[in-house]
Amino acid sequence: MKLRVGKTLLAAAVGLAMALPAVADTIKLGVAGPHSGDLASYGIPTKKAAEIVVAKINAAGGINGKQVELVVEDDVCKPEVATNTATKLVSAGVKVVLGHICSGATKAALPIYNNAGVVVMSPSATNPALTQSGEYPNFFRTIAADDAQARTEVDFALNVLGVKKIAVIHDKGDYGKGLAEFAQTFIKESGKGEVVLFEGVTPGAVDYSAIVQKIKRNRADAVIFGGYHPEASKIVTQMRKKRMKIPFISDDGVKDDTFIKVAGKYAEGVYATGPKDNSANPLSKEAIEAHKATYKEDHGAFYENAYSAALALTNAIKVAGSTDDFDALKKALQTSDVNTPVGKIHFDKIGDAVGVGFAMYQVQNGKYVEVK
Amino acid sequence: MEYFIELFLSGLTRGSIYALIALGYTMVYGIIGLINFAHGEIYMIGAFTAFIISTVLSIYGFPLLGIIVLAGLAAAVWASAYGYTIEKLAYRPLRHAPRLSPLISAIGMSIFLQNYVLLAQTSDFLPFPELIPEFDFMEPVAHIIGSSDLVIILTTAAAMVILTLVIKFTRIGKAMRATSQDRMMAMLTGINVDRVISTTFIIGSTLAAVGGLLIASHIGQINFFIGFIAGIKAFTAAVLGGIGSIPGAVLGGFVLGLTESFATGYVSSDYEDVFAFSLLVLILIFKPSGILGRAEIQKV
Amino acid sequence: MISMEELKRSFKASVWFMFLTFPILVIKVNPIEKTVIWRWENMAFVGIGVFMLSILIRAFYIHRERLRSLTISKKRFGYIGDEPLVQFILREPKYLYPLAAATLLFALLFPSLFDTYQTNVMTTALMYVVLGLGLNIVVGVAGLLDLGYVAFYAVGAYSYALLNLHFDLGFWAILPMGALLAAMFGIVLGFPVLRLRGDYLAIVTLGFGEIIRLVLENWSEFSQGPSGISNIPRPGFFGMEMDLNSAIVYMYYLVVGLVIITIFVVNRLQDSRLGRAWIALREDEIACQAMGIDKTKTKLTAFALGATWAGIVGVIFAAKTTFINPASFTFLESAIILSIVVLGGMGSILGVIIGALILILLPEYLRALSEYRMLAFGAILVLMMVFRPQGIIANVRRSYQFKKSAKEGDA
Repeated sequence: MKLRVGKTLLAAAVGLAMALPAVADTIKLGVAGPHSGDLASYGIPTKKAAEIVVAKINAAGGINGKQVELVVEDDVCKPEVATNTATKLVSAGVKVVLGHICSGATKAALPIYNNAGVVVMSPSATNPALTQSGEYPNFFRTIAADDAQARTEVDFALNVLGVKKIAVIHDKGDYGKGLAEFAQTFIKESGKGEVVLFEGVTPGAVDYSAIVQKIKRNRADAVIFGGYHPEASKIVTQMRKKRMKIPFISDDGVKDDTFIKVAGKYAEGVYATGPKDNSANPLSKEAIEAHKATYKEDHGAFYENAYSAALALTNAIKVAGSTDDFDALKKALQTSDVNTPVGKIHFDKIGDAVGVGFAMYQVQNGKYVEVK
Repeated sequence: MEYFIELFLSGLTRGSIYALIALGYTMVYGIIGLINFAHGEIYMIGAFTAFIISTVLSIYGFPLLGIIVLAGLAAAVWASAYGYTIEKLAYRPLRHAPRLSPLISAIGMSIFLQNYVLLAQTSDFLPFPELIPEFDFMEPVAHIIGSSDLVIILTTAAAMVILTLVIKFTRIGKAMRATSQDRMMAMLTGINVDRVISTTFIIGSTLAAVGGLLIASHIGQINFFIGFIAGIKAFTAAVLGGIGSIPGAVLGGFVLGLTESFATGYVSSDYEDVFAFSLLVLILIFKPSGILGRAEIQKV
Repeated sequence: MISMEELKRSFKASVWFMFLTFPILVIKVNPIEKTVIWRWENMAFVGIGVFMLSILIRAFYIHRERLRSLTISKKRFGYIGDEPLVQFILREPKYLYPLAAATLLFALLFPSLFDTYQTNVMTTALMYVVLGLGLNIVVGVAGLLDLGYVAFYAVGAYSYALLNLHFDLGFWAILPMGALLAAMFGIVLGFPVLRLRGDYLAIVTLGFGEIIRLVLENWSEFSQGPSGISNIPRPGFFGMEMDLNSAIVYMYYLVVGLVIITIFVVNRLQDSRLGRAWIALREDEIACQAMGIDKTKTKLTAFALGATWAGIVGVIFAAKTTFINPASFTFLESAIILSIVVLGGMGSILGVIIGALILILLPEYLRALSEYRMLAFGAILVLMMVFRPQGIIANVRRSYQFKKSAKEGDA
């Protein structure tokens, strides 16, 4: 129905780059995530990041002389589809996968990849168990786990803002609820504050004013919200419209420019944790500009993480020499530092990126600004 | 007490939206006995059209009042156009088919429309312009009820009154009632049944579009998936009130909205939907045709 | 062939669609940067596309009319013209058995003919065949519209995951337990809805399905909430450890076996006393009661037996994915299973099988269309219903013919 000129050009560029060296032998990079359905907005930026990185690498001659070929598969963020996606990628001979996006789908797919000796790197799956359980030796990620994030939020609320009564709200999702539960535990452990309300809201409900009234009734001094920006912006909007001025602290799912766009003036003053500020990083600028140039629009969620993951994976392939040796790839990921939009990173023993952490941001004049 | 009033008012706002969408379900059901699963998508398309038109107009510098009128008109026109076209393409050929076939066709339509908007526009959430301004006279009570809540409740009330009058007194309203009672008989008395059915879809779609416009402006955001949950809730409301009954849909909408609001306020929002559906099951067990539904008497 | 009048109508249709799709397809706004992109080329595409399509459909109808007027007598192989060919084959063992044997052979050889991905996808499709057959008992045979079938599926899946987690029970021990638990839930749901008919029943079952999912989502202490349960073991084969490939193949044969058992049981059920009671209930509740059929018992067994299959497949599903969370059991899933039944042809076993294969394999093979996948899926559902509302294989009503015997004729 709609053919973006940029996309066509890119495809042409990729095709051209592939045709030039006339080598049949390529390195296959799998990309898995939701590309259709209701969660597509979280998966498509990763696909685009991979396309941009690979086009660039191929234009520069590929990795060790071999061209990189993308194998893109949709998993609609559903565990049962993700296992099919994973089997398909494994069958296609893919040894390195960028994805999946949702923690649930990732969990379902990982055993299949592990069995086939496939390295998987997610730009967005933040479930702590993915790395901490030790069950998935083939898993890496360029985003920090939820518990680290909850820690940052709670410390900020208790120590910097000095609030005592906190309402913890979540969106009942894997990510949001997990985060909220960590936040609740950390608040209780600290002994400095009190959780006056711990509740989940239904994503997509037409109106959140009842829960907003409830927050007010419980006389909370601050709200910690675990979830994504659509719900956050609805809750903040209704809080502000009801003249509630208490701080609203949220997470990486909210530290997205879409949140500011959607919540508009009501976004002012909202706190959100997010990866450390990369705007000074020239690679980050380059990545964002490359997206603008190719797709004529702003990048979406997890774009920089995905861009970084694509760089880290391709770098590891380069260092290891090929994709065939799982151990060599793993070692390369753990030892070889690589410059990415999220900073200079390598991966620790369990697969978390070292050098990726969280900082607190606040919306000031329509922009997220790091709170020092 | 203030808390109770606050919850009551937020329940009313929610209920109004459910009622506006539920009317479309109930009218279509009353006339052709079809659960129109694509109705939630009409609501979404109405809201999207309003979003597109109002944003374009505001970019070209129209005054707010002009934007509201034109965006509302566009939402109603296009939502009805979609409703009309869907009926003609996906339901009319199935009028004499087995009972469940149009239902599957409706589910297919709903999936199609969601993905159509996703592909043609975007998967992202978009900021919906604040079409309902904050009134100065509302400032003293702003912490209890917002301006947009007031507008939603009043608009819904007005829409109900107009609809009731149309159904009761106009020619087409009478024809609609006749068709829903006995389609064959209506046909024999010279009523153009096809036209009546089309009109029903148009009226239902217009109401859904009004609902979409109001709620999108109230919560300030929109994406292609908003129709799904609103649709299921509104359908529940329609059945709760007695499907096929117009006052029933309105009552069902309010009962559902208030239940959800009070469940959140006094129990927990975790189980808000569980309360809503449990209420539905309970009411249907004791009154199998809904609160205001006519009990079906089967003659042998 | 196509008259001026028809061209005019096609033209009108294309103008209408250009108007209809105008705001959503043509205008794209960026509310932040305050820019508007006018994509007029899309309007042209829609106009031309609809015009061509509309002419094609008109041509198709004209062609079909012409075919109809040329009725060819097809009295060959003992085949009578007005009976659908499929029904004829189903009735005639001479053709049915070799065909069934060939299908079975193909099914058994499938894993060695295709790669693991195909086998895995086929396993999923076959699981939906069983789900479809299970729901077919409730919707197709007994005529009770159930929109919350996925709840029983969830019950089965969670039985395996939880019992395995807490009591370390194995797959084979839980398989019958999951089936039993699901059947019990079927009866629990069945009781309150006995008095409801038609669409009221539909919404209550929908509500029931949602309640189950919401409880699983919110009651974290019980079900581990939205983060789900991971590392569910695959079924064992006499304690043998298997690598992924052979596990997939093993799973495949397991499901093939289940499909065969299901077909056999469901087929026998339909011909049983109970099955005929269901059909009677579907056709006319009052007449059915008048004939002395216990309505309560008949309805409850339909719910319970339908749920049993969902429970079994649920257990297998949990074992196959090795990870479950409540997001897999949404209303959309119920809708898809219902679509399988209706699309295939309500009450027809063969129809349901074909329906499941089409609906589940279609999105997999439509992957090539990537973003357009679900769009195509929705469109195909609508088109199939519009062009073949009775389903792919229409169920024939059981009928008996009174034939005068030769002797009587002589007398």
